[in-house]
Amino acid sequence: MIRLCNVTKRYGETVALSGVTLSLPTEKVVALIGSNGAGKSTALNIIGRLIPASAGTVEIDGKSLRDWKSNELAKRLAILGQTLYTPARLTVEELVAFGRFPHSRGNLGAADLRIIDDALEYTGISTLRGCFIDELSGGQRQIAYIAMAIAQDTKYILLDEPLNNLDMNKAAKIMKLLRTLVREKKRSVLLVIHDINFVSFYADYVVAFKNGALKYSGKTEDVIRSEVLRDVYDMEIAIKSYRDKRLCVYYE
Amino acid sequence: MRRVPSSKAFFFAFAAMAFLCAAFALFYIFSGVSAETWDYNIPRRLKVVCAIAVVGVSVGISSVIFQTITANYILTPSIMGFDNLYLLLQTLVIYFWGGGQLSMMDSPADFMLTLLLMICASTAVFFIMFKGRGESVYHTVLVGVVLGMAFGGLSTFMQVFIDPSEFSVLEGRMFASFNRINVQLLGISAAVVCAAGAWFFSDLRTYDAVALGRERSISLGVNYRAVVLKSMVVVAVLTSASTVLVGPLTFLGILVVSLARALFPTYRHGILVPGAVLAALCALLFGMIVTERALHFAVPMSVIIDFAGGLFFLLLLGRVKNL
Ligand SMILES: Nc1ncnc2c1ncn2[C@@H]1O[C@H](COP(=O)(O)OP(=O)(O)OP(=O)(O)O)[C@@H](O)[C@H]1O
Ligand SMILES: [Mg+2]
Repeated sequence: MIRLCNVTKRYGETVALSGVTLSLPTEKVVALIGSNGAGKSTALNIIGRLIPASAGTVEIDGKSLRDWKSNELAKRLAILGQTLYTPARLTVEELVAFGRFPHSRGNLGAADLRIIDDALEYTGISTLRGCFIDELSGGQRQIAYIAMAIAQDTKYILLDEPLNNLDMNKAAKIMKLLRTLVREKKRSVLLVIHDINFVSFYADYVVAFKNGALKYSGKTEDVIRSEVLRDVYDMEIAIKSYRDKRLCVYYE
Repeated sequence: MRRVPSSKAFFFAFAAMAFLCAAFALFYIFSGVSAETWDYNIPRRLKVVCAIAVVGVSVGISSVIFQTITANYILTPSIMGFDNLYLLLQTLVIYFWGGGQLSMMDSPADFMLTLLLMICASTAVFFIMFKGRGESVYHTVLVGVVLGMAFGGLSTFMQVFIDPSEFSVLEGRMFASFNRINVQLLGISAAVVCAAGAWFFSDLRTYDAVALGRERSISLGVNYRAVVLKSMVVVAVLTSASTVLVGPLTFLGILVVSLARALFPTYRHGILVPGAVLAALCALLFGMIVTERALHFAVPMSVIIDFAGGLFFLLLLGRVKNL
């Protein structure tokens, strides 16, 4: 379980995150939502130990982030940041193989190779395996990085706007894949996401931020409501019923 | 589309470079030796080849590692002001204690002291450079370049006040030379370089992950801060050992890293680092043969290396993306 207690992040005068206390459910797809600059990435990066909190504590499975050994934590938690760095001369397969680094330290065994193949297969980029990362399209590159995070085979998977640059088809496939991982492999997925309809259709649980503060957290059906979304995004969002889900309409 | 190089291609490139190195070394040692000059020439030349080995290993390793931790392909410790720091230190010694002190630096104790001083000073500089790291690489690079220029300017300024006769001692130190090497000092440097090198080779794989950037490597369980700190110290030790031994070779690092990256287009440090070391050995041996045999010491070797390296550096600036 991931637990935040009074987590605050300051950048000089700016308070990016103020006193967030939160427990995230496990074996669920959890969506972090909020407008630009609301503090979503900041929260995700603090949980994923990419940046330190200014105050407060983060616990992963009952152990404070500080007490985890970096390599042990990497076997349990993978994080994919919002901005991806593009190294040259690395193929898709080699990049995805790096997901095995915490487990194999670079000496890939048969089991590692199978996991790498599976990750390429699940994300639908097997045919790109020999391509260089810097020669891919933006969306293809995004999927390659997602595949790498999946190959890390961790209990917790943290993704910052994983659907960036993806077409509808790929985006839906990635969301379905995340659902499958939760259902079949008991993974806990935490993702920052802007498309409210993807949240409504694929997330189990939603955490909403506004101006660095935690605004709402609860089951998807409790958060995807006009009043809540109006408050979070400062705009009118109509909610329609579609099958048994809620569809948000926000075009005037 | 580019193709992924096969391990066979790497093997051939390694074999070819190793062969070239051996050929250069043998030619350098044995060419033009007669029975009478044997006793004089062979030990001297062996010593030069050993010094080249020490410098080659140290420059090859430190340049590649430095580029990996700073995430750039165009700068090396030397270009970023390390050589100017060395010059400043030498200038300071002459300024405060006179040239006699500098020639005395050939004793092991003084050598160790200079080495220690260099290591401390450069580690401190690296720490300042890396302070803003995590924000952007440009910060690191800019701070390094600015510090380097400041050191250069400061030494030039102080050199004005130095007595001309003492200045000539200093001038001798401003160009690298493989001919005034003292065997004892060579032994110390070799030991230092071997120890630092062994430390690196113990986890070369980590550097493959570090090359993916700070965030990726942390997610993969690399203790990024610790790796960067350790690397800075070891790069400082390696660069200091070779600079104090033979003097500054500013563009050797960039020459050999670029050669290695061109010959071994891979992200793997297990291949890149030995490749850079071999490239350094080839370049130094070739430079030595040219200066000693073709030019009869009319031009210092560092000038030749800097000329070739400088050209490469300019080429690099034009096509960074492809590297
Ligand atoms: N490195 C930084 N230095 C200074 N301020 C920062 C830094 N990173 C983020 N901030 C500030 O912190 C606040 C929260 O940023 P954060 O990146 O968490 O937003 P976000 O919710 O992820 O937004 P987006 O949807 O645009 O990605 C913003 O006001 C931003 O300006
Ligand atoms: Mg963000």
